[in-house]
Amino acid sequence: MLDMGGYGLFVWPAYAITAVVLVGILWASLRDGRRQRGLMDVLNAERRARRRMEPEA
Amino acid sequence: MQRFANPTRFLKIADSVLPWAGGVAAVALAVGLVLALFVSPADYQQGDTVRIMFVHVPAAWMAMFTYTFMAVASAVGLIWKHPLADLAAKSAAPIGAGFTLIALVTGCLWGQPMWGTWWVWDARLTSVLVLFFLYLGYIALWQAIDDPTRAAKAAAILALVGFVNVPIIKFSVDWWNTLHQPASVLKMGGPSIHPSMLWPLLIMALGFKAYFVSVLLVRLRAEIAARRVRSLRLVDAHD
Repeated sequence: MLDMGGYGLFVWPAYAITAVVLVGILWASLRDGRRQRGLMDVLNAERRARRRMEPEA
Repeated sequence: MQRFANPTRFLKIADSVLPWAGGVAAVALAVGLVLALFVSPADYQQGDTVRIMFVHVPAAWMAMFTYTFMAVASAVGLIWKHPLADLAAKSAAPIGAGFTLIALVTGCLWGQPMWGTWWVWDARLTSVLVLFFLYLGYIALWQAIDDPTRAAKAAAILALVGFVNVPIIKFSVDWWNTLHQPASVLKMGGPSIHPSMLWPLLIMALGFKAYFVSVLLVRLRAEIAARRVRSLRLVDAHD
């Protein structure tokens, strides 16, 4: 099965590259989403903190 | 389409669709891989290199589908100013570039044992390489222009102009003498592939399509969050 009829050196790298690209795009996308939502939470928290410190009109 | 214009409402829909799309992708890819690698027979001419087709063909289909999706989303953004259309196109681009890269590389891996060459400048291969460069150019445009509104417009125009390449890719094997073989599935008279190979191919194609939907939603959620971060920073700068 590993040999793939003598074509293993072509078949398995094809599947490996497919997996690397698809997993890589998914991982990068999830990472970007986490980073942006983290930034959003920080900025929202800073705004709330500034509003609490502002003197009442 | 108006239902999806409100980002908050869209995010609620995306949150409910995403687990299903991810589940379909995982199941279809798992079943497809087993069928492709272990169940489907070797080809009488290609031997086991035919198994490369089960990733190469779905990737090529998705490369063209994703660019078509980007072109439609870009047109919607330009014409109707739909707030999420440009973000949808921007989110799809890296996924499409990935599919195109897979199609090109797996095609080379198939071509070397079968054609005796890693690459040939025939119409099909060259036009898919052009598609890959269009994806990279589209992504680069978004990153090169600071103002998101101007970036969206420039990228949308590139996506629409580049769309002429998609029918060229599809019909290249009919219009020119190409080394790449003509269509075996989507053609007049129906598929000419035996079911033992057609089913793994279609299941892998379903898996790739569900993967696209899943990752598109993940990326769109990130883009919406990035836009909110930008708005918050602009408001803070004015305060």
